[in-house]
Amino acid sequence: MITVNAMGDICPIPVVKTKKALTELGGVGEIEVLVDNETAMKNVTKMARSSGASAETEQLGEKEYRVLIRVGEEAAERLKRAGGKNGAGGKNGAGGKNGTGGQSGAGANAEAGQVASGEGCATCVGTVVAVGSDRMGEGSEELGHILMKSFLFALTQLDVLPDKILFYNGGARLTVRGSESLEDLKTLEEQGVEILTCGTCLDYYGIKEQLAIGSVTNMYSIVETLQNAMSVIRP
Amino acid sequence: MQEKVRLTQFAKHGGCAAKIGPDTLSRLLERLPGFEDEDLLVGFETSDDAAVYRITEEKAVIQTLDFFTPVVDDAYTFGQVAAANALSDVYAMGGEPKIALNIVCFPENLDADILGEILRGGADKVKEAGAVLVGGHSIQDDVPKYGLSVTGLVHPDRIYRNFGCREGDVLLLTKQLGSGIVNTAVKAEMASLESEAEAIRVMTTLNRKAKETAQKFTVHACTDVTGFGLLGHCGEMARASRAVVKIGVDGIALMQGAREYAEMGLIPGGAYRNQRHVKDILDAGDVEEVWVDLLSDPQTSGGLLFAVPEDEAKAMLQALRRAGLGTEISVVGRVAESGAENPGIRLRRKVEMR
Repeated sequence: MITVNAMGDICPIPVVKTKKALTELGGVGEIEVLVDNETAMKNVTKMARSSGASAETEQLGEKEYRVLIRVGEEAAERLKRAGGKNGAGGKNGAGGKNGTGGQSGAGANAEAGQVASGEGCATCVGTVVAVGSDRMGEGSEELGHILMKSFLFALTQLDVLPDKILFYNGGARLTVRGSESLEDLKTLEEQGVEILTCGTCLDYYGIKEQLAIGSVTNMYSIVETLQNAMSVIRP
Repeated sequence: MQEKVRLTQFAKHGGCAAKIGPDTLSRLLERLPGFEDEDLLVGFETSDDAAVYRITEEKAVIQTLDFFTPVVDDAYTFGQVAAANALSDVYAMGGEPKIALNIVCFPENLDADILGEILRGGADKVKEAGAVLVGGHSIQDDVPKYGLSVTGLVHPDRIYRNFGCREGDVLLLTKQLGSGIVNTAVKAEMASLESEAEAIRVMTTLNRKAKETAQKFTVHACTDVTGFGLLGHCGEMARASRAVVKIGVDGIALMQGAREYAEMGLIPGGAYRNQRHVKDILDAGDVEEVWVDLLSDPQTSGGLLFAVPEDEAKAMLQALRRAGLGTEISVVGRVAESGAENPGIRLRRKVEMR
């Protein structure tokens, strides 16, 4: 059970926190929201019920209320679908796009139970990291390598992992034997992050045989993945 | 680069949602001594929009003041909204604004240019209203506040009061509802850009054209719909007129997204206070619960609510639509009974117009 402490928060913060918790829950379960005023209690109840969940309220003290939210299977499904519309990426309309799950591999990801922030419909991908170089940022080449290495390590430390990481052009050097980031990428793959490297790029640099992690992809899939992504991170 | 200041972060409650609840207010006002003067035509006893004092047989002065904490982040827009809201009380009495004074509270440590923008927004609206801005008063305060004290003029025989509606009257509202809810959704960063823009457009619109158009028709009662929400203001009208008012929710125009946000619980606390105030006279029938939230939503710079005789209602509705107010006009409902023992508000899906 997730506990949301919204004591002392003024309208509409308790509702915002509840919505976030519903997204984080990402499926069936319970959320307990603690608030200190009646307006917040009523509004949190409405937020829960509009998501299809049930909500029970209880007054614990003079200025203490508890809203217990139960997300059943139906509500969990609804939340997943609504995530594409109302989630963090609500304004960009990405949720409306339907990818062909099989080719982009997004369907498989959703089945694996990946929870991305602002997760969307089953055919949509949450967060995609697009790595187009083995260096991060402009300037010193040496520093760029160090930054990229630490970027990939930092990804492993995220609470909510990306769904996919795409490597193309110079980025292809990061998924082959001898790459300093292999361990980190392995950690990510073990936790369900899909690692994809551009085949044309591997050919171009003549390192196809040295690919050490993930699978090979093509431009068609890269475009589709980027198009269906709720958010794209470019280091 | 200068960091963008989000004005609404200073305010716990924005705009008319910041009003003190109607229950508390009427209890406090009861304790004040009564003032009697044969020229005082409208005092605070009837909870009207402004006071009216007769100067001559043909002239009466309307006096009102209104100010609040930021409802929007942009300083110039906030100035416009606060001024349009303050000027509205004069229109709601059937008058013409003549003189305005600024009321300003502003933090010492905040960029003075922000205050400059607020004042510019207010001044532009005063100008648009055809009135003159002649000064004001400012103090330092942690939470910015802005508004106007407005003096207007009206013919003593043509004052719009918030009571006096009669059986059969049709209720027309000149702006769509939802500003309190949409502003709450904006604060929660859940509002669409379209909803936010619509709310700003509606809140900055003066009620001048609406009032001027209405003057060509018979008006039995009028008030502007602000902090007490449509239900609260209808309730005041019903109580003071001893009337039963029927509201047809299907005919009421809402801002984009307002219903969706209300269902999500993005409702300002003022809406619940307003509901308590009308609880004993409200019969919500079988309309969805969300309508009670929408109709009790505190409006900032809301529209004028007119009670007009039914044989003129259609023509007035057409005239309002032709006047190009820039807002949506609703047929809210009708007065089912007047001189009723038990005044009340009944919510229905549809109210038949004869």
